[in-house]
Amino acid sequence: MKVGVVTFPGSLDDRDAARAVRAVGIEAVALWHGDADLHGVDAVILPGGFSYGDYLRCGAISRFAPVMTTIMARAKEGMPLLGICNGFQILCESHLLPGALTRNHELHFLCRDQKLRIENNTSAWTSAFDAGQEIVIPLKNGEGSYQCDDATLESLEGEGQVVARYVGADPNGSRNLIAGITNAKRNIVGLMPHPEHAIDSLTGPTADGLPFFTSILTQMVGA
Amino acid sequence: MTELTGPTNTTKVVVDVMLKPEILDPQGQAVSAALPRLGFNFASSVRQGKRFEIEVEGEVTVEKLAEITKAAETLLANPVIETFVVKVEN
Repeated sequence: MKVGVVTFPGSLDDRDAARAVRAVGIEAVALWHGDADLHGVDAVILPGGFSYGDYLRCGAISRFAPVMTTIMARAKEGMPLLGICNGFQILCESHLLPGALTRNHELHFLCRDQKLRIENNTSAWTSAFDAGQEIVIPLKNGEGSYQCDDATLESLEGEGQVVARYVGADPNGSRNLIAGITNAKRNIVGLMPHPEHAIDSLTGPTADGLPFFTSILTQMVGA
Repeated sequence: MTELTGPTNTTKVVVDVMLKPEILDPQGQAVSAALPRLGFNFASSVRQGKRFEIEVEGEVTVEKLAEITKAAETLLANPVIETFVVKVEN
């Protein structure tokens, strides 16, 4: 059982993501943006950072990296795929998830411990949570405002595809306080906050991020 | 004088990209708020976009224009949140 973590030029959180994967007993495999081979992994994480310097739009150039061609094809077949922060932006630019992430409404780069509510515990990456469970994990981004048109928003809410929502004051202007969404098949999840930075009390504010990774372990053992 | 680079025979194509009207533009709002602080009181709103200037070899044929438009909707703009206009400059 292996989970791949992609490194793009400018990725920042690939090592923490790999560490979080290993923390639940899964082998982490480093994947390179220029290599279309997924090296036999069962799931993939697109980590946070500033891939390709966030030039043009966040995630716009990464989406055309050779590794993404294979990831997009496999994800459409049902391979579990988690995009965190910049990874979420890449998933939206790839049109694997609807909508887009734009500049925070107050323009500041945010870095804080953020309370979230898990709205959907039926996705590949959130099954280890209780529905409605509240967690605290770090949020750090400049362009984390989730935007989509009214029809998409209605569909996401109606189909239960909102995975996590910000609790308390609106941090970045996201529609309906959306912090994360999933696709109809529930195998692809995009999340703006960082569960990989909250897997133990030594290095994170909480260990609340860990269930994202135990969820995928359960998913793969059960499959 | 010897011509070193040969005659330039390129045409400029401009792609203007704007956020859709319904998408929040905090950068435009920040500019809009800064103007009156500098004594400029003419603006009721400001929206900020991107401009791409592309030099194309030779004439811009209908086929080339179609290719540029395809590139604009694939890479230069994100049609989920942005609109774009392609213009050939004389």
